[in-house]
Amino acid sequence: MRTKSLKALAAIGLSTAVIAALTGCGTAGSGGGAAAGPVDKLGKTEGAVKILAWPGYVEDGSNDPKVDWVSDFTKATGCKVEAKTFGTSDEALNLMKTGDYDVVSASGDASLRLIASGDVVEVNTKLLKNYDGIFPFLKDRAWNTVDGKHYGVPHGYGANLLMYNTETYPTAPTSWDVVFDKASEHQGKITAYDSPIYIADAAVYLMAHKPELKITNPYALDQKQFDAAVSLLKEQRPNISEYWGDYLKEVQSFQSGDSVAGTTWQVIQNTLESEGAKTAVVLPEEGATGWSDTWMISSKAKNPNCSYAWLDYISSPKANAQATAFFGEAPSSEKACDFRDDCASYHAGDADYAKKIWYWTTPIAKCLDGRTDVKCIDYAGWTTAWQQIRN
Amino acid sequence: MRISLGTRVTLGIITAVILLVVYVPLLVVLINSFSTSSSLTWPPPGLTLEWWGRAFRSDGALEAVGTSALVALVSSALALILGTMLSFALQRFSFFGRNTVNLLVILPIALPGIITGIALNNLFRTILGVPLSIWTVIIAHTTFCIVTVFNNAVARLRRMGTSFEEASADLGAGIWTTFRLVTFPQLRSALLTGGLLAFALSFDEIVVTTFTAGSGVRTLPMFIIDNVARPNQAPIVSVIAVVLVIVSIVPIALAQKLSGSEQQRG
Amino acid sequence: MSTIAPATTPPRTPTPPPRRTAARRGSVYLSAHPRARLALLLSAPLFWLGAVYVVALALLLVTAFWTTDTYTGQIRTEFTLDNVVTVVTNAFYQGITLRTIGIALAVTAIDVALALPIAYFMAMVASPALQRTLVVLVLTPLWASYLVKAFAWRSVLSSDGILDWLLRPFGGSTPGYGIAATIITLSYLWLPYVILPIYAGLERVPSSLLEASGDLGGRSWATLRLVVWPMALPAIIAGTIFSFSLSLGDYITIGIVGGGAQMLGTLVYQDIGAANNLPLASAIALIPIVVIFGYLFLVRRTGALDNL
Repeated sequence: MRTKSLKALAAIGLSTAVIAALTGCGTAGSGGGAAAGPVDKLGKTEGAVKILAWPGYVEDGSNDPKVDWVSDFTKATGCKVEAKTFGTSDEALNLMKTGDYDVVSASGDASLRLIASGDVVEVNTKLLKNYDGIFPFLKDRAWNTVDGKHYGVPHGYGANLLMYNTETYPTAPTSWDVVFDKASEHQGKITAYDSPIYIADAAVYLMAHKPELKITNPYALDQKQFDAAVSLLKEQRPNISEYWGDYLKEVQSFQSGDSVAGTTWQVIQNTLESEGAKTAVVLPEEGATGWSDTWMISSKAKNPNCSYAWLDYISSPKANAQATAFFGEAPSSEKACDFRDDCASYHAGDADYAKKIWYWTTPIAKCLDGRTDVKCIDYAGWTTAWQQIRN
Repeated sequence: MRISLGTRVTLGIITAVILLVVYVPLLVVLINSFSTSSSLTWPPPGLTLEWWGRAFRSDGALEAVGTSALVALVSSALALILGTMLSFALQRFSFFGRNTVNLLVILPIALPGIITGIALNNLFRTILGVPLSIWTVIIAHTTFCIVTVFNNAVARLRRMGTSFEEASADLGAGIWTTFRLVTFPQLRSALLTGGLLAFALSFDEIVVTTFTAGSGVRTLPMFIIDNVARPNQAPIVSVIAVVLVIVSIVPIALAQKLSGSEQQRG
Repeated sequence: MSTIAPATTPPRTPTPPPRRTAARRGSVYLSAHPRARLALLLSAPLFWLGAVYVVALALLLVTAFWTTDTYTGQIRTEFTLDNVVTVVTNAFYQGITLRTIGIALAVTAIDVALALPIAYFMAMVASPALQRTLVVLVLTPLWASYLVKAFAWRSVLSSDGILDWLLRPFGGSTPGYGIAATIITLSYLWLPYVILPIYAGLERVPSSLLEASGDLGGRSWATLRLVVWPMALPAIIAGTIFSFSLSLGDYITIGIVGGGAQMLGTLVYQDIGAANNLPLASAIALIPIVVIFGYLFLVRRTGALDNL
């Protein structure tokens, strides 16, 4: 019986090998989409739109009845919104590749990759009445405009802040050293963002503390600079309680005391504050990484008219104010500040402040700071290194 | 075999303690479903019935339960048919490659879910170019549910023997009639157990489902994973879990009674 | 001659001969041709398993011998051993593999240690009514979603969770999130899957054998060792297949209670998703496949596969 089953196994193996050979190049990657020009005019809205967004960007009241800017959109356009959230830009990219979504809110480290792979289309900004009302310094930037073609509408922008437990740190920290060099003071209680892009945060720290490395752009790291950033993160590893990629983990972590300091988004601090937790945030002196998001339309969008309607709606002053206020970021619409009273603290419209944030950008081999004598580490390298850092 | 009283008592106590520990996290879930904290901190700052109300009114949750139930039902039904056929084939006949087929049946459940998931995802999306949908999920679930039905059916067939079926044939009954009136009644409770287990496996499955579900399909585990990350939805997830546990007690107890009475007769 | 007259039976109408319908003819044919019956029974399931599962698996494994062009993200379909070699020789992957296997073994050991007394009690000591209740009690937690249970453990293990609250008076504290937490949670999650086959196996030991052993002079311990154990072993191993393989490929639980730690499943998941590197993910997936095939092959002889 044994030889017989071995023979059977061999037969199956052979036939599958044949099948495999026949299907040969079956696993084609997502090829670059046809570079069709943007839509010329809008037609009737389709009645539905599927949006892929950061958690908190598309609120329809199901989370908190008072937080809802989607219902007004649906009432005005008849487009029913189906939203899906993601935790990191990598997840977003992956989901966009399926072609199941119409609109995505892409941060700078996702937008260029989406454009390059043909997953998003050029947007005809003339069809959007609210486009002109967007702050000029957010338009025509490297992450949303390629060769003069616009690929989306800017949403808000914000920084990755340092959150700390006010009981553990009675005086507010002013530097990222609480999560790097001084992290061992609270071993096992530091948290960090769970994405390879966090390596840039280490690079920002090194820009201030190890100027001899001559890092000018935290996303343009040659081998030596990259290794320094990676070893800083490997030193940080034993002090980490956990890496967070979704809200609740960080909220729970700070509430239970499992974490006392780490990188965060304003919206998380807002949630903790509403629960009465003893936390606060600060933008440290070294500066910070951040994100400037763009609403983009999928090349496989099944509801292009509703997609344009959403882009227009979310950049209208009132909706833009609601969405960005909830998330805790500066708005992209100039008139949004008429609807918000905290614009000053977010430095809304302050182009100089916006310049100080190192927005998420995809690292590529061609150095983003313009150097041509060295090769920089590309995102694939960042991803491999990140796996080894996390171990 | 005489087991001393001391051993009996010790075993009884160990069993009780372990079962107690098993239910502690479930108790935590129960309490969390009443917690006033929306991010489920412990101990809960207060108790409220709000989440219970919201859960039953939550369209997303109800739809997810419906989707999961549908997928589990169809997958179990398909698995029942395929598993029974396979069990007859492997138990009643001996043929070339029988052990290999046996191995094949077990593979979907023996190999980690993520492997099954990415293999099927690759097959559907890249090779066949088929868009993911509820049917791809059902196909995936059926594949790993077959084994639970198979094993239960084989065990029962082994115990049953063929004498009744042969007698039935001798009396002139055709194959289908024999199956319907003689074999199936004896097989029934084993199929029920296998089917219930298949249903439970499919209902709670998350890994393979993540890779094979289209964007419009949201099973209950997917709903849970989406909402466990949203501060105001997490307690609703606890409510769902509690309801599931309570609801499941009845069919489990029923299945147990049925197979128990069969065993006593057999 | 019997004094008891046979009960008068009404005259029976002779049963008509069966009609020669197509179904009847088919049935006659199949009765006479076992091979045809076999073919019919096997065709649908084998087609399903073969066409859907085996082919999918084979195609996946083929991609392990390809690579992804890091610049364009496209897959290059030229045969190369690069990924497989990297995964086998690189210290990082070796470390994660050992850790994953270690976790799987620890979880299996804990589960078997916990399952044996319970299964034994259920099968050999408990009354039938208690048996049924216990089975219900063991099966019920399976219905509380895997994710919910994992998150419940996250709560239990946190710095202000129940475990800490229980251990503090004794000077202990919660292990927090990490490998230990992962092992504890995985053991908890798979316990019912291990208890059930062992219980089923122990139940199948006929009491007649136990009595015979007693009659032959064997005391409890000897009977256990020489009669029960060999019969229960396949069932125990069947249980271990579940806990071992479920732990080997898990990535969700370690993401919830593992702190920052990673297992093989985490790497596969990241390489499929974040890194968009299917070939590398397949190469890593080869490891659990080989390990499990190896384990299955080893235990085939014990008959464990029939006890799943």
